Amino acid sequence: MTTTRHAITASGLRKAYGAHVVLDGLDLAVAEGTVYALLGPNGAGKTTTVQILSTLSAADTGDIRVGGHDPVRDPRAVRAQIGVTGQFAAVDGKLTGEENLLLMADLHHLGKREGRRRTTELLERFGLTDAASKLPSAYSGGMRRRLDLAMTLVGEPRIIFLDEPTTGLDPRSRHAMWQIVRELVADGVTVFLSTQYLEEADQLADRIGVLNEGRLVAEGTADELKRLVPGGHVRLRFEDPAAYERATRALTGMTHDDEALTLQIPSDGSTRELKALLDWLEVESIEAERLTVHTPDLDDVFFALTTEPSGAPHSAEASAAQKATLR
Amino acid sequence: MSTFSYAVADSATMLRRNLKHAVRYPSMTIPVVAIPVVMLLLFVYVFGNALGAGVGPGAHGHYVDYVAPGIILMATTYGSISVAVSVCADMTEGIVNRFRTLSISRAAVLNGHVLGGVIQTLLSVVLVVGAALLTGFRPHATALDWLATAGLLTLVVVALTWLAAAMGLRAKTVEAASNAPFPLTFLPFLGSAIVPTDSMPTAVRWFAEYQPFTPITDTLRGLLMGTEIGNSGIIAVAWCLGLTVLGYFRARSAYDKA
Repeated sequence: MTTTRHAITASGLRKAYGAHVVLDGLDLAVAEGTVYALLGPNGAGKTTTVQILSTLSAADTGDIRVGGHDPVRDPRAVRAQIGVTGQFAAVDGKLTGEENLLLMADLHHLGKREGRRRTTELLERFGLTDAASKLPSAYSGGMRRRLDLAMTLVGEPRIIFLDEPTTGLDPRSRHAMWQIVRELVADGVTVFLSTQYLEEADQLADRIGVLNEGRLVAEGTADELKRLVPGGHVRLRFEDPAAYERATRALTGMTHDDEALTLQIPSDGSTRELKALLDWLEVESIEAERLTVHTPDLDDVFFALTTEPSGAPHSAEASAAQKATLR
Repeated sequence: MSTFSYAVADSATMLRRNLKHAVRYPSMTIPVVAIPVVMLLLFVYVFGNALGAGVGPGAHGHYVDYVAPGIILMATTYGSISVAVSVCADMTEGIVNRFRTLSISRAAVLNGHVLGGVIQTLLSVVLVVGAALLTGFRPHATALDWLATAGLLTLVVVALTWLAAAMGLRAKTVEAASNAPFPLTFLPFLGSAIVPTDSMPTAVRWFAEYQPFTPITDTLRGLLMGTEIGNSGIIAVAWCLGLTVLGYFRARSAYDKA
């Protein structure tokens, strides 16, 4: 058995602002060199968690280790290992992109030559070389975010916090950002990511914690989370109304749509179940035009496990209905 | 490098950042020079005859020689508005949160602002002194007097800049930050800057005699024009040091809390 080294651990994290409880006993463990995504709706406590772990704010109670140090007792030791990219671009709007990076190099005491070298390298890596001498006000949202992350990387941190790194970005910039995160992880960096985008967590994270009202309501890999909720099914579509009729009469436990001539049969999507279904169609000489397999996605998990800011938890059906209206 | 030399290096980095801002965006610095110069022109050329007659023989005949030290001090107070605004604007940007997550001296951000503010304000003061000389201000000060003048003005500017930094940190918006130091800019008027305090109504005179700008103005006037300083010098220095300590601790506690 190998022991996992943890870059971040937290247990019993609590934080309240007055009577408003933001974090209500949060436990986290992030293995070194992995991506952990904290997924949750607005107001779940994601940003507060990032702030506490990155020494910006202190928890009321709870035991935390980031890079082996306590952010409250030894903030400098923690700060020496982390990089933080917050929700709102933390760049100096009155300095050019290049000056922003050189400023970070100075604050990391890199020395003139090394600072220049790393600045040039990061500008190139993040596609900002042409914009190096422009002020961030002339940048697009995606460029600002890339400059922000580049500034975080000047000090070559081993642990990176990304608080909603792609909120407000267009799909192309979002994918570019994901690619950058993947490269970081390939270099062995630990990434703690907060996001409200399920796809982002699914794409990037090794483990996902679903945060709701200050508590983790589920945690695991994307696949483990998807298994938590029902919703997997096989959909059969027919061309021939007669074949549709016969299948409808023979099969039980499914839902059907007479207009579209489709059947929806609950299934876990395993090859064994699919083979049984296809064999049955063969034996009965029923020809189905098309078969599609639907596994539950993180959307199903999200809606099943999280609540509206002031509402009751959704049942599986309610979440399905909500999704139907959203699409 | 030791912790101390890192703190010095980080403060120098932040100072460079703030001076770059000031050079690139002079819109806040220009009024620090322009307003006192306009005041100087108003008081010398518009009100000068009437006020000069009221000030009397202590002014060596020329009102400009009486009012110029007061106007020079006014420039130091306008500098504080610019500092409060730039500190507050910086705090509302995400960049300061980034600085907080870096392993740098926590004082560096404020040191950079205050040092930058002191340099800017002192440069403005030099320009205002130049304008006063052009309008006929004829100080009879020795080299040593000028040196002492520079020292006193530096103490005043350091005190006002730390106070302004604290105001900027405590203000919730940039607008509030630009209003907070406003009372400071009135203090020279309610002292001996424009007219001697003994010409004022009793209540105002009582305030004028005990507020910091009166001993500061009297000391400055004494150094430049050779009038009687008495114990004003010591009181002025004590005020400056006291206000610096107050401003420093208020600023540090506000920065650590934010």
